[in-house]
Amino acid sequence: MAHQYVFAGFGGQGILFAGKLLAYKGLTEDKQVSWLPSYGPEMRGGTASCSVIISETPVGSPIVSNPDILIAMNLPSLDKYENTVKAGGMIFYDSSLIEREVKRDDVKVFPIPATKLADENGTPTLANMIIMGKVLGETGEFTDEGVVAALKKVISAKRADMLDVNLNAMKLGRDY
Amino acid sequence: MADKVLMKGNEAIAEAAIVAGCRHYFGYPITPQTEIAAYMAKRMPKIGGCFLQAESEIAAINMVYGVASCGKRVMTSSSSPGISLKGEGLSYLAGADLPALVVNVQRGGPGLGGIQPSQSDYFQATKGGAHGDFHMVVFAPASVQEMADLTVHGFDVADKYRVTSMILADGTMGQMMEPVSLDLEVKPMPEKPWATVGTKLERFHNITNSLSLVPEELEQLNFKRFERYAEIEKNEVMYEEYMMEDAEICIAAFGIASRVAKNAIVEARAQGIKVGLIRPITLWPFPKAPFLKATEKVHSFISVELSMGQMIEDVRLATECRRPVTLVNRAGGMIPTPEQILEAIKTAHKNGGAK
Repeated sequence: MAHQYVFAGFGGQGILFAGKLLAYKGLTEDKQVSWLPSYGPEMRGGTASCSVIISETPVGSPIVSNPDILIAMNLPSLDKYENTVKAGGMIFYDSSLIEREVKRDDVKVFPIPATKLADENGTPTLANMIIMGKVLGETGEFTDEGVVAALKKVISAKRADMLDVNLNAMKLGRDY
Repeated sequence: MADKVLMKGNEAIAEAAIVAGCRHYFGYPITPQTEIAAYMAKRMPKIGGCFLQAESEIAAINMVYGVASCGKRVMTSSSSPGISLKGEGLSYLAGADLPALVVNVQRGGPGLGGIQPSQSDYFQATKGGAHGDFHMVVFAPASVQEMADLTVHGFDVADKYRVTSMILADGTMGQMMEPVSLDLEVKPMPEKPWATVGTKLERFHNITNSLSLVPEELEQLNFKRFERYAEIEKNEVMYEEYMMEDAEICIAAFGIASRVAKNAIVEARAQGIKVGLIRPITLWPFPKAPFLKATEKVHSFISVELSMGQMIEDVRLATECRRPVTLVNRAGGMIPTPEQILEAIKTAHKNGGAK
């Protein structure tokens, strides 16, 4: 069963990093994975996004047109991708930055005030990890070992102190 | 097996080149291939190599000519408009029979075009690339692993036949990350007695040159070069067949297009349509034989391309027009969808090969 994800938000919100973490989590669990970023002018000021596929079988096209799961970190992203999500899919969005509600009624919706939680937690740059924690929690894929193994791949050894900070942010999201 | 890491296709090319023994990189930044230059800028100084950001693409390809003349493994990379600028140098490399690796991470054109993925430099890459009678060996990777594997192989082939190998990728292949193993098999580099590396007063000096003013001699040089090309056509063709055993419809696609096509094939098979894929891995030499053989069982061919239809001409030549060949394409930086390909498969299925 392939899981197709779209992560989208402003450049600087750690969208590509969050997608990379998820891809590494798949890789450490011996899944087939692909990660495809948007590139070009849209990264500067507009919508940055990446498509991630985690699959038991080899990944065909890395392009995700209809994700199972959308993670939207700003309004333009929700506007752009809301209608692309498969029926029965999931939408996670940062409700501290997106004031409107999701219009779809055939998907599961998870509003989470990630940016607000990140500020209150003293880690204003980790809204991405908070929402990732929620995603993994709701999909039943949050295990401490799995998350730590993936974090070790994306956080360089020099910044090992950031590992716990990221893990705690993810737990904060999971438990919200 | 070594640990797999997640890498962008561009980075995988750069690291594979280093693994292959390339210690000289010359380039000029252009989206969507700049990660190759960035990676080389970071790594080369640490391993005693040379990274140089040239003042232009033209300068970079001529620096490649210089290092290639010295018998060292050398590469440059660019994207479509930059490759056109390198055209003169590519022809000179061919004229001087120098081995080199050139990477084209294609973007939409013509002109300055856009920066999104494209395959519209197929003609340029496979039909010569610049003035004069010559070929480059053109490799079309369809995964990040192949970006690495074909880079190493490209160096081997270039050295073996004294030709330029081109990696013809596109923006998607360059930018995407996939797991890749860099435990790559590298063959020993052949002796290069022709290299201009000093005579030690033991032999007459070597010359690398593409100027030859006596037509009788220049003709002989062309004849000899094409004998090597014939060897390449005999020995170096690479392709993948996917679900072709019982296929009645054959898709031709390379690079990213082949991956989208595979999605469509899986869906069509689920609907009971027997369709397969021949994926050229070398675009020159083109895998003519499997296409011709496929005409015995296949009633229709579909060429899927990120261009206005370029490889389709080679598919028609290879199949000797025995079966209809239709085109599924997007251009200018757009990518065909699996649904679009599926529609073409259904149409071909309905027509059953009627011309």
